[in-house]
Amino acid sequence: MTTIATLAYLAASVLFILALRGLSHPETSRQGNLYGMIGMGVAVVATILNSGMDFGGFVLIVAGLALGGGIGAVVASRIQMTALPQLVAAFHSLVGMAAVFVAAAALYSPQSFGIGEPGNIKTASLLEMSLGLAIGAITFSGSVIAFLKLDGRMSGAPITFANQHKLNAVLGGVLLLLVFLFVLTGSPFLFWVIAILAFALGFLLIIPIGGADMPVVVSMLNSYSGWAAAGIGFTIGNLLLIITGALVGASGAILSYIMCKGMNRSIINVLLGGFGSEGGAAAAGGGGERAPVKAGSPEDAAFIMKNASKIIVVPGYGMAVAQAQQVLREMADLLKKEGAEIKYAIHPVAGRMPGHMNVLLAEANVPYDEVFELEEINPEFAEADVAYVIGANDVTNPAAKTDKSSPIYGMPILDVEKAKTVFFVKRGMASGYAGVENELFYRPNTMMLFGDAKKVTQEIVQALQR
Amino acid sequence: MSTQTELANQAAALAVKAQEVALLAQRAAEAAAPMAAAAQPFLLLLTIFLMACFVGYYVVWSVTPALHSPLMGVTNAISSVIVVGAILAAAGAESGTARFFGFLAVVLASVNIFGGFLVTRRMLSMFQKKKG
Repeated sequence: MTTIATLAYLAASVLFILALRGLSHPETSRQGNLYGMIGMGVAVVATILNSGMDFGGFVLIVAGLALGGGIGAVVASRIQMTALPQLVAAFHSLVGMAAVFVAAAALYSPQSFGIGEPGNIKTASLLEMSLGLAIGAITFSGSVIAFLKLDGRMSGAPITFANQHKLNAVLGGVLLLLVFLFVLTGSPFLFWVIAILAFALGFLLIIPIGGADMPVVVSMLNSYSGWAAAGIGFTIGNLLLIITGALVGASGAILSYIMCKGMNRSIINVLLGGFGSEGGAAAAGGGGERAPVKAGSPEDAAFIMKNASKIIVVPGYGMAVAQAQQVLREMADLLKKEGAEIKYAIHPVAGRMPGHMNVLLAEANVPYDEVFELEEINPEFAEADVAYVIGANDVTNPAAKTDKSSPIYGMPILDVEKAKTVFFVKRGMASGYAGVENELFYRPNTMMLFGDAKKVTQEIVQALQR
Repeated sequence: MSTQTELANQAAALAVKAQEVALLAQRAAEAAAPMAAAAQPFLLLLTIFLMACFVGYYVVWSVTPALHSPLMGVTNAISSVIVVGAILAAAGAESGTARFFGFLAVVLASVNIFGGFLVTRRMLSMFQKKKG
């Protein structure tokens, strides 16, 4: 490794840190993304120049970059913003698989990285290699399952069976034993056995986790992909990989933490899975006599909102499913003309990945300074005339504050109940993901607007135009 | 007189023992040297790794929650810096197998690099301030 290459890697690391730093504000974020691209360019060019490759190798690498880059560019420009979570999951799986392949290349050609000869690789490098391999393989298969669940190609319902966690624990133990044997022997056979077991483990770890817990899973796999890159960095002694892997690993870990806090659940609880699988809790629902639910028409809603001066919109995953963000903004524009002030309230776990709702609203040209986080907006519900809840449920349920026996007890919620009138746009009376009934539906100041989120909002827009 | 010779003898015996101990220590040091030399770069890498974890921790906490999706896009793109390892593997001509795996890794990582940065750019271009 020449000094110039090392300096180029250092420059790339700094540019990557600046790319993350830029995301502290939308104004600086585009600049940050550019820094990231430049950093990656510097890293790739420095590596090619420094590798002393022959012409054939150069052609091979340029072909690989062009092929992969072409696919990536096409996918990134065509993808719908509602499909973002599954795209990110798919991308994570690729990082995981790339880590597996680089580990394999290091096993068959250790001299390329200066870590020994085939069949005689340094012990420390074997350990690092097997860790990079195992984390990469778990990232791959786990992300594939997350992708299938998010994309609706596989049921989002948790898949559980007897002794599931024992099986995972045994598999984990066997994996550790195999890593130990591999470090002692350096056998390619054991290498591939570790790969297969790690693939199986990644698969088994993610299948019991339900659809709405996916924000945590996606964040966690984001973190894993970073640790896999760092593991490979240790194997081949590359500073840039180690630094970048640590940055990504830390980022994913923080996002997982924020998502867990948004649900008041521990990461262990999420990972053990099975949440929201039993329908039993929904039936219990507190019992007792209930006031009848008040259902309204879009015209009623339009009339009330026309006369409102402050409206807070609470979007949830249902809005994304119905693709209602555009028409929602149209409704907001009309209401603004009537003199109302519109704000949007985003719960940390709304949607299927961190920040999902913000991107969808931005796509519909909602200015980001009208969109607020839970802590910022909660004090304002008391002075709001209307809370318009579209495709959200559990995140508004006051049982999280009052009912100690509720599975969502302790979860921070949006205080929509304090608004003068609450509209719930929902397809039916079904309970939310947590399987808990929402007592807000039965409050006298609540009006249910039954139907598809997009259709109902469309009808309100029509009524407002009349 | 006799005590003096005795002392001298004891001193001589001690000197011989000390020499033996020194020799052993030297051998031990010789044996440990390659291990220490091997541990040195690893410790350096570990130090850098831990420092980078801290940098990541503080930088990511400063990211605004509204931009958490673009954050995932960017981290996804930069974690594909694993392409550096893939290029070195594909360029090395020592083993066809390694070259093959290296090539596959280059393809997968570049899907991520281009896809990750471009989708992030698309997301960020949508975040606009209120007009007027």
